[in-house]
Amino acid sequence: MTTGAPSAADSTAADPDRPALRRRLDGRLLGGVAAGLADHLRLDVLHVRVAFALLSGIAGFGVALYGALWVVVPVESPTERAEAAGLAAASRAGRRPWRATRRGDLGQLVAFGAFGLGLVLLLNTVGAGLPLLVLVPLLIAAAGLALLWSQADATERARLLPPQLTPDGAARGGRAARLLTVVRVVGGLALVGVAVLVFLVGSGRQTAVGEALVLLVVVGLGLALVVGPLLWRLLRQLEDERRERLLTQQRADVAAHLHDSVLQTLALIQRKAQDPRAVVALARAQERDLRIWLFEPEAARRSTLRAELEDTAAQVEQAHGVPVEVVVVGDCPLDGRLPALVRAAREAMVNAARHSGAPVVDVFAECVGDSVEVFVRDRGKGFDPATVPADRMGLAGSVVGRMERHGGTARVRSAPGEGTEVSLSMPRPQPGAAATEEEDA
Amino acid sequence: MTQQGSRRVRVLVVDDHAMFRSGVRTEIGDAVEVVGEAADVEEAVTAVVQLQPDVVLLDVHLPGGGGVEVLRRCAHQGVPARFLALSVSDAAQDVIGVIRAGARGYVTKTITGDELVAAIGRVADGDAVFSPRLAGFVLDAFAGAAEVPSVDPELDLLSAREREVMRLIARGYAYKEVARELFISVKTVETHVSSVLRKLQLSSRHELTAWAADRRLL
Repeated sequence: MTTGAPSAADSTAADPDRPALRRRLDGRLLGGVAAGLADHLRLDVLHVRVAFALLSGIAGFGVALYGALWVVVPVESPTERAEAAGLAAASRAGRRPWRATRRGDLGQLVAFGAFGLGLVLLLNTVGAGLPLLVLVPLLIAAAGLALLWSQADATERARLLPPQLTPDGAARGGRAARLLTVVRVVGGLALVGVAVLVFLVGSGRQTAVGEALVLLVVVGLGLALVVGPLLWRLLRQLEDERRERLLTQQRADVAAHLHDSVLQTLALIQRKAQDPRAVVALARAQERDLRIWLFEPEAARRSTLRAELEDTAAQVEQAHGVPVEVVVVGDCPLDGRLPALVRAAREAMVNAARHSGAPVVDVFAECVGDSVEVFVRDRGKGFDPATVPADRMGLAGSVVGRMERHGGTARVRSAPGEGTEVSLSMPRPQPGAAATEEEDA
Repeated sequence: MTQQGSRRVRVLVVDDHAMFRSGVRTEIGDAVEVVGEAADVEEAVTAVVQLQPDVVLLDVHLPGGGGVEVLRRCAHQGVPARFLALSVSDAAQDVIGVIRAGARGYVTKTITGDELVAAIGRVADGDAVFSPRLAGFVLDAFAGAAEVPSVDPELDLLSAREREVMRLIARGYAYKEVARELFISVKTVETHVSSVLRKLQLSSRHELTAWAADRRLL
């Protein structure tokens, strides 16, 4: 099962962001176990499903494993994802589309089931499998339990989703939903009962002691399996509530802090109402602050090229009062010679903000493959590179010189009235190579 | 910009913040005809069907399932209106989401009134509006496509020219400047951008959908 094609994620150092093992509600065939497992292990869902079907051939082991995981692994919840606060809030309020809880292809499920069953029967005819006496009740019981558990999932899903997005929500067919519940529970119980009966009737030839023992075990097992889901849900729910309470308190603190900072900015804006530049600068600084908090996940605020460039742009903007817009494609850790690249980009931004007279500076960075490119562009007055004025010597020295010292290249393109664009390019250290680069002051 | 005779472009503003709606109305009210406003998905769909606007300014985050839901339901009804996404959110997966659902462009709410009017005109003409940020998202979404063998390479890859156009837009170039830089006409730039939009909407590339999920882990 080698599907893990070397993706962009592999090239960026370690990978702490493996998704937790959760049953997935969308794209599932049965309980979402295979889909969740595939996410967690970064495998193809199809391969995981085939593996389950294959394992089922070995005395129904796959079925048992699937059942066990279904019981133990909790279902995913929308709030559990490490989402930025603003997005999580928008999700809860139903202002974003909740990923459709679409089921996988039913035909696929039937195919897998038939495949697994075929394997079991094949092994049986060879004489290596379970006796039919055990197998048939086992399969019937499995079907019954699947029904019971799918009911438990339906209630949990209703609890997790915003009301208007619940697929079979109470808002729509309330009676139909209830009927479905009854059918599921009764059907599931009946199937488990039938399985127990079939087993007992079938094993009627056993000795009395053995029979009593088996009866005890089977009844106990059946009871545990039927009551188990309820108990398990209850425990999970308690745990969830505790966590929710903690989260609520945390959110209240953050909201309070946020409101304070916004209020302060608004007060400052009122006081500086005569100075439009100051007002714009204040508004943009506050906007950036909020935006980062609301829309950027915690993980993105690590020391990466993207974070560093955005930070630098914010500083330049604050110091010179000219908006600096940053667009970054891809991202990579800030290793090797990249700090030098960011410093060169900073010089270019400062130059544009200070001398071009342009109302805005655009920064674009692309971190794809084995090099990083940064473009700093303004639509200001520009200059003739052939007759460099004294104040532009800084650009040649600090940008071009710095880049060349660190093994990169820099190009300055400008013409009077056309604005200026500085293009920077720096090779990226290969993941294997030792990145030993001296820091320049 | 469309100025079919003296008829002004009819615009519907969909946003759940009343203050923002009235702000947009005053900013663009002279250049286009604002025919109505809506504050959630339900209202928006009704308004689109009843008022038959040329262009709908659509907020990405909207009560009732977001802008995507409006696009989906309007597509069912087969309305001729064109949609321009307008948002304060920079969440890439949401922006790409509304584009894939059928919006013809995306601009941020900090856009100036004149730029917004120009963007509305472009969308009304059936062209696509790519801000630097959207171009960045698109490059991100299609990045690494060359390594992945796929069923339909036509749709899954940007051509070298399209990639070049996207990069220039991401670098802050206006369509006119892109045209001059590449020695092509503005019309050709628009054709490239529309083609990128089409690929974005039609590609069923696994990576493109997985990308949205992966990106929040970045």
